[in-house]
Amino acid sequence: MKKLLILSSAIILCLSGFKSFDGDKIPSATLKKLDGSTTNSNTFKNDGKPMIISFWATWCKPCKKELDAINEEYAELVKETGVKLIAISIDDARSSGKVVTDVKVKGWTYEVYIDENQDFKRAMNVNNVPHTFLVDGEGNIVWSHNSYAEGDEEKLFENVRKLAKGEKLSH
Amino acid sequence: MSVKFTSRLLFIFSIGLFYRTSYAQLSNELGSVHGNFQIDAAYYQRDTIIGADPGSELFRYNAFGNINYQKGGFSAGVRYESYNPPLLGYLPGYKGSGIPYRFARYKHKDIDITVGNFYEQFGSGITLRAYENRGLLYDNALDGMRVIFTPKNGITLKGLVGKQRTYFSLSPGTVRGLDGEINLMELFDSILGKSKTKIILGGSFVSKYQEDQDPTLVLPENVGTSAGRFTVIRGGFNFNAEYAYKINDPSYQNHFSYKEGQAIIASTSYGTDGFSIMFSGKMLDNMSFRSDRNAQNTIDMINYHPDFSKFHTYSLMAYYPYATQPNGEVGGTGEIQYKFKKGTFLGGKYGMDITINGSAYYALDTIGLDPSKDSIRHFQYTTNYGDVGNEYYHDFNIEITKKLSKKLKITAMYANQFLNQSIVQFNTPDKEEHPDITSHIGVLDITWRYKTGSAIRFETQGFFGSYDYKEHAKDAFGKTNITNNTGSWVSELIEWTPTTHWSITLADQYNYNNPEPSKRVHYYFGMLGYTNGPTRISVSYGRQRQGIFCAGGVCRFVPASSGLSISISSSF
Repeated sequence: MKKLLILSSAIILCLSGFKSFDGDKIPSATLKKLDGSTTNSNTFKNDGKPMIISFWATWCKPCKKELDAINEEYAELVKETGVKLIAISIDDARSSGKVVTDVKVKGWTYEVYIDENQDFKRAMNVNNVPHTFLVDGEGNIVWSHNSYAEGDEEKLFENVRKLAKGEKLSH
Repeated sequence: MSVKFTSRLLFIFSIGLFYRTSYAQLSNELGSVHGNFQIDAAYYQRDTIIGADPGSELFRYNAFGNINYQKGGFSAGVRYESYNPPLLGYLPGYKGSGIPYRFARYKHKDIDITVGNFYEQFGSGITLRAYENRGLLYDNALDGMRVIFTPKNGITLKGLVGKQRTYFSLSPGTVRGLDGEINLMELFDSILGKSKTKIILGGSFVSKYQEDQDPTLVLPENVGTSAGRFTVIRGGFNFNAEYAYKINDPSYQNHFSYKEGQAIIASTSYGTDGFSIMFSGKMLDNMSFRSDRNAQNTIDMINYHPDFSKFHTYSLMAYYPYATQPNGEVGGTGEIQYKFKKGTFLGGKYGMDITINGSAYYALDTIGLDPSKDSIRHFQYTTNYGDVGNEYYHDFNIEITKKLSKKLKITAMYANQFLNQSIVQFNTPDKEEHPDITSHIGVLDITWRYKTGSAIRFETQGFFGSYDYKEHAKDAFGKTNITNNTGSWVSELIEWTPTTHWSITLADQYNYNNPEPSKRVHYYFGMLGYTNGPTRISVSYGRQRQGIFCAGGVCRFVPASSGLSISISSSF
């Protein structure tokens, strides 16, 4: 029990100082496109407009809920802010065949990549999915969020709008 | 112990904090430092009703922290891990602390070199997959070197050599591998670049070396496996297949059989707006491949055989999951998804999604193979590829999701499953303790978003199982040998997220008609979760039933447990 106390207090103290990636560029990792070709994550760009990078998997219910919730407002948000969503699937060979069918059925118009051996997930220090990042117009990672609760997308939209106007984000 | 524990904790956190405060200023000239960590700790209690016995070490935890450095094409990193001892249900061999993972990597134009630890996959993984799943504590990282060479756009060549991680040390065997992949459209861009059909070809060769120290058997010290694969993609259509062959490789897993191994897997899918169809099939014969021929559990596996059956997320649907049988299996999975559009009769105002999925897996039809008599070592057997053997598993399920209004969303699901538990989960033909199970399972999941950022989710599940105990399941007194977890179950769950930061979950699983009335037990569970940015903390209390949990293609047995747990993860 004593150990549990030490552990939790150390962590909570430590966490109070943490913020995610402040102003770093997207790290480099090789990813697979849905047409089978490969690309490097450091080539992601959106003409000076913000980008959302969202890690998901076909077997992850909250991930799909989040991407569906974003999808409902996506067309409007793109029009307003020029944002682009890049969805990174971490499915392995068991389910990577389902990535393309899920995307088609759901009618997502996101840019989708498969991170089959999770190199990009490791480079971005993602523990669990869903994990969502925001990248500003200069390509700096400025915000991240782990897990999904109903309504989380509202905060994301708010942050995207701020970024599009060139405002700073608060955590 | 306590002092050691504390100092270790302080060490890792101070490193984390130091970099956290300093990297922002240094990041431009000196590169950037990032990392993540996760801690899962539990304080267990004895709970005789459910058979939970944590032994004398009541506090257990799994913890890790990664620190990665990157500047341009150079990156390096370390991972510290600590399990003293690991949580119940994880392999006890992990007990200890250390830095089992460290690497340096340099990428420049067409060359990419890694020394130290790395993860890798050739094709679909049937010859080689070095992979980690931290939640399952599955980690067979290679320790050695790897070179990836891209001489021309469209050609990727990989070469590697190393030893696999085995707990906090290394496997006795050495793994060597080569892989090549050609994307024809990228390679012949000027002629084929505009072609709508994409073709990718690949091949790999992997061999392992392990000294033969067996006093009686002559064992192959070098075992090689090779595979060829191709993928065709055109519009919404996708087809890929891979075939692998392995020379004889007697091991603990295959009961020291000298037969050669082979495997074929194939998947095809078609998707268009609102409709998709997918089918995956495979045949495996004696394809277990480990860098230590005596290894068990999930240790020292060099290759990976994807299990295509549906990955269930509702707990009672996943109560008796399937696991790939590397000694031999044949089967397949198919799925159809359809979206009823908004404004149609069934679609209503918001549309409706329907998914129909089915899987069936069987033993191979073999002659001369009797696993119950495997004391006769190094047997040969022949396989009749024109037929199948006993059924291992089936799962037919249908899932419907419909949004009724802006606030209300419903998912309903039904499944019919069968599991040959003795072979699939326990690798024994003994059906006395592990009878075949046939079940009907139903789920209803309702989410009510009562205002922006606030929601309540109800989930109700029923598992109605029949257990084929046969006559011999009775003990000497003629009484049926009933264990915990037989019979049927109901499960109720309520999850409240008052704000997007907080969540409260209360759940109960009830074994309501266990044939033994004293074993009709409630498995109650409560959890409080907090999320802020990349950080997530949860505290839970309750009972965990025993069972097999599978994720990411790996299954593990989890004993019954009861107690208080805390989980923290973050990245920086």
